[in-house]
Amino acid sequence: MVWAGCALVLLIIPLAPTSGFALSLSSQMAIAAVFALSYNMLLGQTGLLSFGHAVFMGIGGFVAIHVLRSVNAGEWQLPLILLPLIGALGGACFGLVFGWFATRRSSTAFAMITLGFGELVYASAFIFVDLYGGEQGITADRTLAPKILGLEFASQLQVYYLIMSWAFIAAVLIFIIGRTPLGRVALATRDNAERVAFIGYNPNRVRFLMFVLSTFFAGMAGSLFAIDYEIVTYGSLGLSASAQVLMMAFIGGSSTFVGPIVGAILITGLQVLLGQYTDLWILYLGVLFAIVIRFAPDGLAGLIAKECASWRLNHIRGRSVLIGLRTIAAVIAAIGFVTLLELASRAKTASVGGAVLRVWGTHVDVMSPWPWLFAGICFLMGLISLRFVHLAAARRMSVADVNGEPK
Amino acid sequence: MVRLLIEPVLNGIVYGLLLFMLSSGVTLIFSMMGVVNFAHASFYMLGAYFAYQISSAVGFWPALVLAPICAGILGAALERWGLRGVRQHGHVAEMLFTFSFVLIIQEAVQLIWGRVAVPYAIPEELSFSISAGVGINYPVYRLFMVGISVGMFAALLLLITKTRIGIIVQASLTHPEMVGFLGHNVPKVFTFVFGFGCGLAGLAGVIGGNMFSTDPGMAHALGAIAFVVVVVGGLGSLGGALIASLLIGLLQNVSISVDGSLADLFRLANIQVGTTGPIAELMHLSLNRVAPLLPYLLMVVILAVRPRGLLGRRI
Repeated sequence: MVWAGCALVLLIIPLAPTSGFALSLSSQMAIAAVFALSYNMLLGQTGLLSFGHAVFMGIGGFVAIHVLRSVNAGEWQLPLILLPLIGALGGACFGLVFGWFATRRSSTAFAMITLGFGELVYASAFIFVDLYGGEQGITADRTLAPKILGLEFASQLQVYYLIMSWAFIAAVLIFIIGRTPLGRVALATRDNAERVAFIGYNPNRVRFLMFVLSTFFAGMAGSLFAIDYEIVTYGSLGLSASAQVLMMAFIGGSSTFVGPIVGAILITGLQVLLGQYTDLWILYLGVLFAIVIRFAPDGLAGLIAKECASWRLNHIRGRSVLIGLRTIAAVIAAIGFVTLLELASRAKTASVGGAVLRVWGTHVDVMSPWPWLFAGICFLMGLISLRFVHLAAARRMSVADVNGEPK
Repeated sequence: MVRLLIEPVLNGIVYGLLLFMLSSGVTLIFSMMGVVNFAHASFYMLGAYFAYQISSAVGFWPALVLAPICAGILGAALERWGLRGVRQHGHVAEMLFTFSFVLIIQEAVQLIWGRVAVPYAIPEELSFSISAGVGINYPVYRLFMVGISVGMFAALLLLITKTRIGIIVQASLTHPEMVGFLGHNVPKVFTFVFGFGCGLAGLAGVIGGNMFSTDPGMAHALGAIAFVVVVVGGLGSLGGALIASLLIGLLQNVSISVDGSLADLFRLANIQVGTTGPIAELMHLSLNRVAPLLPYLLMVVILAVRPRGLLGRRI
């Protein structure tokens, strides 16, 4: 039922008023969601932390774009609709080779190996210029492919439907894989690999299979990227892309299925929308990431799931007041923090760009002390209120403990 | 031919020792706390930037002392208020936390000092060259770097083996719980070790930053190689890290100066290699072009042949 609802929502999006922008943003989010879901198959389901996952998306993208170039040149006949499968297979082949060595190690060593491997492929992108296109990347034309049902994919609307349908199929498949015995044993391997071995499954084989499946979907995300942008560059292979998908999966919530999707939507949204207003959005993202790891390691979706579970069981009034207060305090602190940083950033370039900063819809003069004072007070007050709410919550917990009440 | 190799070999040793300064910190922190500090190279970068700032104000020699201390204090603060709270969530969360600081420090550095390289220069007293025999002039600053690295290791060794805090640290490396039962403040020891490790990275930054460039990309450039060193040397082994750093330092510096390819090698044996096709392209790639890849290739080879690294314990 939930799936049908989602499908319906996805079908309706093109009818929204700011259609053009909504379509391209949704396509971007869908590609990021598939990538994040594939990453979570490693992180959340099998407990494998990888810092080089973007390599597989990039390889899928490069394979897809090279195939598309051959199709453009008339060497092969392949309708555009099937291109994502080719990219997926490309990613999976690479995953087969790499995964065979990498998945035999412990999670710490695995993380470093994927980091090194990601750097290896990134560095080789400059050496094998024919394959990776060097600085300019590789381009192709998605409209010059054999047409099926008269679809030419020149319009953003048709591309949107293509990307969304593949993204939907990928999500359904990943969900189903999570429900198979392989998916279940993978969860067990994440929790206690030694025990899994004693039950009779080979944890290395489980990890390897999940790795290959994950790279299959990463390759698919890469080819969807290639179709959407018609260009693939070495940037999609690098550490920053791997770091982004890691953040999407983690901030969204690696313990739930929808977590990565939520994270992908959130971070793509932040990137596109925040990126228009400020250059510091990466810093804010990093700070958000650190805060989520420290205080909410189950991610946003995990947090919501826990709250929903406790709502069903417990007394909700006290908790919701505290949650509300915490949110307000956090928002105030965040506003103060962001304002301070924006002021600092503008102050640095004041001699070149002028001393007026446009923030929160008003103009402030960076040279005068008032905005700084205001922002500083906001930040400090937010932090202090958070501390108070935290103490109040702790007191409430201990009172409930003493009285034997549900918390 | 040998003359042409002396300078790259010396450069390789200098670079290798710098890498060892970084990777020894990572290894120390890993051996003690089980967490890989991905932000280690970021502290290297911070050390260089702090040194730049301090040396612009009071000169290089105070910066040599103060900048690592600042980096160390920052590292200790990070551990005390950040990492300590994350430990309860497991190793993956700890690694991710240090990774988030890679991003934060990177962006903060760009915010404060800009995206362009800063002119952190070698001090005047050390910017001359001396004759290294065979008609080669070698910059004294590089020898100074070797001196500082070796001095640092000697001091580290003395600290760990001859002082009380060092003995507690050694014990905490293998039996942290027992040390806690004996009454020592183990979390404080962890904070100290983390801070000290970051301070070492900062020191590497102070001496490396003016030799190589001081720009926001320096953490990324050196960081990945430092992790390759740790994997190749074996996680948790200082000796392995030393051998691997020197090996990789030499590999990188010597290969950059070699302008030959496999095809040239074959030509020496009078075998002509064709010029068309992908295999031929590979054969004609000169070594200095593939130099950036070599450390990673070495890592792949070690992983295939000896997965625990050169001197690592079995994981």
